[in-house]
Amino acid sequence: MSEQTITVDIWRGKEEGGFQTFQVPRLASQTVLDIVTYVQRNLDPGLSYRFACRVGVCGSCAMTVNGKPRWTCRTHVDKVAPETGSGGKLTIQPLKNLPVIRDLAVDMTEFFEKWTRAGGQFVPTKTRNDDFAEVSPNDPARKQASAGIECINCGVCYSACDTVAWLGDYLGPAALNRAWTLVNDARDGGQKARLQAVGGSSGCQSCHSHQSCHELCPKHLNPTASIAGLKRATVKAALKGDI
Amino acid sequence: MASARAEILEWFVQRVTGAILAVCVLVHLAVIVYAVQGGVTSKEIVGRVGGSVPWLVFYSVFVVAVALHAPAGLRNILREHTSLGRRQTHWIMAAVCLVILWMGFRAVIGLYGLGA
Amino acid sequence: MMGHRNHANYWAFLVHRVSGLLLLLFLPAHFFVLGLAVERAADMDAFLSWTEMPLVKLAETGLVILLAAHMTGGLRLLAIEFLAWRDWQKTVVAITGGMSVAAGLLFLLNAV
Repeated sequence: MSEQTITVDIWRGKEEGGFQTFQVPRLASQTVLDIVTYVQRNLDPGLSYRFACRVGVCGSCAMTVNGKPRWTCRTHVDKVAPETGSGGKLTIQPLKNLPVIRDLAVDMTEFFEKWTRAGGQFVPTKTRNDDFAEVSPNDPARKQASAGIECINCGVCYSACDTVAWLGDYLGPAALNRAWTLVNDARDGGQKARLQAVGGSSGCQSCHSHQSCHELCPKHLNPTASIAGLKRATVKAALKGDI
Repeated sequence: MASARAEILEWFVQRVTGAILAVCVLVHLAVIVYAVQGGVTSKEIVGRVGGSVPWLVFYSVFVVAVALHAPAGLRNILREHTSLGRRQTHWIMAAVCLVILWMGFRAVIGLYGLGA
Repeated sequence: MMGHRNHANYWAFLVHRVSGLLLLLFLPAHFFVLGLAVERAADMDAFLSWTEMPLVKLAETGLVILLAAHMTGGLRLLAIEFLAWRDWQKTVVAITGGMSVAAGLLFLLNAV
């Protein structure tokens, strides 16, 4: 059986750096994470990258693959670099819009800082001595919240968002999506401060509904819809004088 | 925060004027498509809008709506694609708003006056 | 560089932004020509007869398409932001695009 190889360009360095080219054997059902792992184990142990579960539940392995941010453990090589006469070509870079620590690993600090700044923490109103809160799963607000709570902070949407790239202080799709789930949480007591935090040009008003976040979210969430909800909520609050 | 409130309301004004402009544009496009049949002269334009209060009101609303709508969009473009900051784009916005108001009303009132 | 931008809603954004900018740049010229009617009616009529030229008619059709595109794109945005979410938005993008071209053709057919 003739061995097929694939040509892979991998980013080395930080923001300044360059691509290094490797030849990696093609295998059946191979994922991009398999490729990166092969390079680090067999060709260059100095390659820095991040992963954890390898099975599409943790979101740690997100990288930019042929221009798109994706989970590399869930990206099959055959899908993004199909075999042609020369074996196809793969380009792997770190996630965009975040500082590069080295090679394919990025610093997620600002991503989580914006999560906090957007009011992403639940603010309790009851104590252990109170009765349980009764929230029907059919309640419309609860449905809105439930539609967005599966986010695992992988950073793909943040990396795909051009408004994040163009406006440095824009909170971003993940942080705003989380804020929306809490705005719809009947038990939460921090609504006023949260709406204040997500309103304005660093917040929901700057979303232009490109929907790259929705297109690329591996959990099929819809931050644009959540942000549209925040737009309505912040305008209502501003007109009432609450902001 | 005062600036968040101002930015939210500015965004809202852009959306509301957008809705108003949708109506204005539909009317305007219909009129233009009808009017350019067989060519158009200044006399025809004056004949239609000169001295007409309904057209004066319509185009005044149109001009004000554009003056409030367009600068907001321009501001987004400047904030996102140039290194201009909040304050600078604020003043550019105000200037563009005034220019549109001035040039627009000069034309609207001028044309109305010709037929009065 | 299109990479993650290669999808319908992004193109809709691009068209909306570019058309808005071009329309804004066109406005001063438009107001200026209209203002000519007040003091320089002869100049205005000379200008208006110049606009009878086919190439100018084509440019005007382009302007009508820009206006229709910006308006339909804006209505799409208002729907996204103020109405309940619809998953078939790519279809909406196609519809708005079609309506813009239709408006332009209507203008062209009436103008020549």
